[in-house]
Amino acid sequence: MKLTGAQAIIKALELEKVDIIFGYPGAAICPFYDSLLDSAITHVLTRNEQGAAHAASGYARVTGKTGVCVATSGPGATNLITGIATAYMDSIPMVAITGQVSSELIGRDVFQEADITGATAPFCKHNYLVKDAKALPRIIKEAFHIASTGRPGPVLIDIPIDVQNKEISFAYPESIDIKGYKPTYKGHSLQIRRIADAIAKAKAPVICAGGGVINANAAEELIKLAEKLRIPVTTTLMGIGAIPADHELSLGMLGSHGVYSANYALHNADLVIIMGARVADRAIGTASKIAEKAKIVHIDIDPAEIGKNIGTSIPVVGDVKLILKELLETAVKGNADEWMESIKRIKKEHPLKHRDGEEGVAVKPQYLLSMLSDMLDRDSIITTEVGQNQIWAANHFKVKKPRTFISSGGMGTMGYGLPAAVGAKFGAPRQKVVAVCGDGSFQMSMNELGTIKQHKLGVKIIIFNNSRLGMVRELQKNRYCGRYSQVFLEDNPDFVKLVEAYGFTGERIDSDSQVRDALGRFLADDRPYLLECIVDPEEPTL
Amino acid sequence: MAKHTLSVLVENHPGVLSRVAGLFSRRGFNIDSLAVGVTENPDISRMTIVVDGDDYTVEQVSKQLNKLIDVIKIKQLDKTDSVSRELALIKVAATTSTRSEIIQIVEIFRANIVDVSKNTLTIEISGGSSKVAALEDMLRQFGIKEIVRTGTIAIERGNKYIKANNNEEE
Repeated sequence: MKLTGAQAIIKALELEKVDIIFGYPGAAICPFYDSLLDSAITHVLTRNEQGAAHAASGYARVTGKTGVCVATSGPGATNLITGIATAYMDSIPMVAITGQVSSELIGRDVFQEADITGATAPFCKHNYLVKDAKALPRIIKEAFHIASTGRPGPVLIDIPIDVQNKEISFAYPESIDIKGYKPTYKGHSLQIRRIADAIAKAKAPVICAGGGVINANAAEELIKLAEKLRIPVTTTLMGIGAIPADHELSLGMLGSHGVYSANYALHNADLVIIMGARVADRAIGTASKIAEKAKIVHIDIDPAEIGKNIGTSIPVVGDVKLILKELLETAVKGNADEWMESIKRIKKEHPLKHRDGEEGVAVKPQYLLSMLSDMLDRDSIITTEVGQNQIWAANHFKVKKPRTFISSGGMGTMGYGLPAAVGAKFGAPRQKVVAVCGDGSFQMSMNELGTIKQHKLGVKIIIFNNSRLGMVRELQKNRYCGRYSQVFLEDNPDFVKLVEAYGFTGERIDSDSQVRDALGRFLADDRPYLLECIVDPEEPTL
Repeated sequence: MAKHTLSVLVENHPGVLSRVAGLFSRRGFNIDSLAVGVTENPDISRMTIVVDGDDYTVEQVSKQLNKLIDVIKIKQLDKTDSVSRELALIKVAATTSTRSEIIQIVEIFRANIVDVSKNTLTIEISGGSSKVAALEDMLRQFGIKEIVRTGTIAIERGNKYIKANNNEEE
């Protein structure tokens, strides 16, 4: 079959069962966009390439499929970088396709030329600069394979315009052989037996579940194991949803922004089973202390994570779902009843709490989020921005299912939540999707309101407005003697009027007594709705 | 901190060297030397990388290198069980009065003189880094004008070899 390079890309995407892509056209990617007209693939035009990358990432997190974003050369490609880096840090499967200037002009600094493979190398699982159109089918096949297998991550394919125009005879390869890429899936049986032994002996075990559990679709096995062995489970930010927040064995999020009971369990355990987590500083900042007291089991699909941030007594490399299945067959409950009792007591003694908002002055975000999670279905999705809003949501919105809490964990990217909600809504059109934002982060991506309007997406938006960059302000208050530097956003626009300009409904509330009714209106239908909540600037993150 | 030698098989693609070098700078690892050349299979290149660091660093370097899709295989070479060489070209000032003394030193080191001019001699030496360093030390008194070194290359002793597809034993 004779196809142009551009047609070959589209054909390959169809063969990879891609039905939606997020992107933004430009000169160097025009052959691709021309061929796209003849395809059934849906294209979502965002308002900035960064929005396209975040939307593809939100889509991937919700569906588990590989998200695809497209941009032109030069600034189009560089605008993708923050989205690619965000996906890389959180191990999200993504394929990014960029146009490039004509092959013979590469290196001459022509209009809209940027070395995007060079620029994204540190943020990509892999990337390609396609110099020969005949290699396109193989490269696209490899890209999807690399992005979605092993530890998932973004892969970028940079395609010069002449390669897109070149005619090739198209044949899609059936198999893949990449000499340097053979992920390990099955865990070492001996090591798994050692974990079972350690569990049987443990008096104070705790499981720490990360985003890897969600990536591996292993939440069901995790819950089964925890229930069978009566082991409490704490999660990292990326692991939220691996166990329902209302599950009796759930301790909540650990770490510097986590809850007391989770950190208590971690610091008093004699066996810590880390699965699909990379022991990052915000989650486990005191790794060496914990490793001194407890035996550390570390399960991860990426061998490079083992021993990177924490010393490990029992490392297992492999797919956490397969390992948990094997562990479920062999492991037996240890003698940790006393430990469970003390965990229960600690949970009761240190619940998450907050004061009520002051009538007519402020809404308590914790109160609103907790009520929101009660009012939404179990499979509703929330996305967050980064800042206080993210931590409030992580701790107070009771997430019940995997792939329903969508947040930039590793990179901490402001401006992520709104475009991610766009992708999430395309991934789960029948579920409610709520973007939780701060007034600062909302303004980093509010151009995507245009995308929401154009595609008639029922995305719900909550803005916690304290007219501040709240988390930075708090940091300056606590660590910089209250010398506030560039954290005031006092001339914010009228957010209600802003969304009205797009034809959406907006509403502003400023006390807790309004929250229930307002949320009722907010969730009543499937149309875009913005709820602006005035928040006390002094409201702490924790 | 000790020096460790890694023998790394990589795809012979453009851009591989920059990925490897970029990884070192990004993760804060120090490269002591890096030598790269094509292997008996033209699709595959071999990099010999000498890393300065403790065991933790070397383990991390290996693991992170392994994550690069273009990296096929990595083997840390044991010092006693491998042969390592580097090549240096040293241009040294030589006058009629010093020339014969320099030639004597070169002979003792079993090095070669590869170029001669009125005022200089260019010496080629290959050997372990300490031998190269020792010659450099001996020649310094005459005035070294320029040194070019290749960086270490190394190979395992005996009938073991590192192949892309199967394992190390013959």
